[in-house]
Amino acid sequence: MAGWWRRNPYFVWYMVREVTAVAVAVYTLVLLAGVVCLASGEAAWNGWLSAMRSPVSIAIHAALLVGMVSHAWSWFDIMPKTMPLLFVGGRPVAASAITRAGLAAAVVAAAALFALAWALRP
Amino acid sequence: MSESGSKAARVIEIEVLRYRPGTDAEPVWQSFRVPFLDDTSVLEGLQAIKDDLDGSLSFRWSCRMAICGSCGMMIDGVPRLACHTFLREFFPGKVRVAPLDHMPIERDLVVSAEDFVHKLEGITPYLVPREARTVEQGEYLQTPRQLEQFRQFAGCINCMLCYAACPQYGLDPEFIGPGLMALIHRYNADSRDGARAERMELINAEQGVWSCTAVGYCSVVCPKHVDPANAVNQNKVNGALDWVKRRAGLKGGGT
Repeated sequence: MAGWWRRNPYFVWYMVREVTAVAVAVYTLVLLAGVVCLASGEAAWNGWLSAMRSPVSIAIHAALLVGMVSHAWSWFDIMPKTMPLLFVGGRPVAASAITRAGLAAAVVAAAALFALAWALRP
Repeated sequence: MSESGSKAARVIEIEVLRYRPGTDAEPVWQSFRVPFLDDTSVLEGLQAIKDDLDGSLSFRWSCRMAICGSCGMMIDGVPRLACHTFLREFFPGKVRVAPLDHMPIERDLVVSAEDFVHKLEGITPYLVPREARTVEQGEYLQTPRQLEQFRQFAGCINCMLCYAACPQYGLDPEFIGPGLMALIHRYNADSRDGARAERMELINAEQGVWSCTAVGYCSVVCPKHVDPANAVNQNKVNGALDWVKRRAGLKGGGT
């Protein structure tokens, strides 16, 4: 079974899906570091802010964004498999409809958060 | 497709992984050239080999119409029913046919189903009536919605393609596996059944739903659209709820 995931493109995509969880975890740590810096005083907070503006940080954020978007897509893609059968009006809801609804909710939530951050910017 | 292309026999190379106990030290590839038409299945290709080229080739088959589940094999690396796969799909290239992954080979394309059958015997794979009824009381009635809860999971033909597709089963054969987890769910989701509590223990064991990492390839290869990945993963929620109920001292295993 060594190297099993390289034998089939389907398994490669499965591994990509699992790896994108790392992007989510890394971004959580980045935000957590910001919160810790905020609690440590103004100098630490400004240090974190300037670190975020560095080209390396922006490159990392671009890579993490790709990971996050991929994670959101693959997560909602597998979501219908994790749910009991849904019925609306006595008819079962198609898996594709559940995936689309989840993706739409993610887009709306992201847009609302972005709009809120934009409105509250200094 | 031209007239000659659809009517005249073409010749395709079929490579078969042979294993003859007592003769082969390990499985070896053997190549055959087989004439075929547009409607010749891989199974018919193997039958042509057995009839005309090498009578010693062994493989299982019965219905040749995707309902008996006997002729599952790895076709170009993908678990498929040989009767449900056409040779034209691979022409002008060759096609490689091997026994199902993750199962011991008995001979040529015949694998041992012993592990599957042994597990099947242990999952209470039948309805245990929730309430005793006499013949005079009539049938156990169900609404269309109650039927829909298990109907797709009742379509399993025990072909074991999902076991060959499941890397977790390949890594740890103790895993009950996708097909039988779907069958467990088929009975647990049936409103007439009363044996859910004992099957919940199988579901919640480490070799039950928790061995699954939602790869999902089992549902892709299933020729009957049973969707075992759905049966397994929705039971992770059921298993967790059952665990909480038991920990809280409530009666677990119920609905």
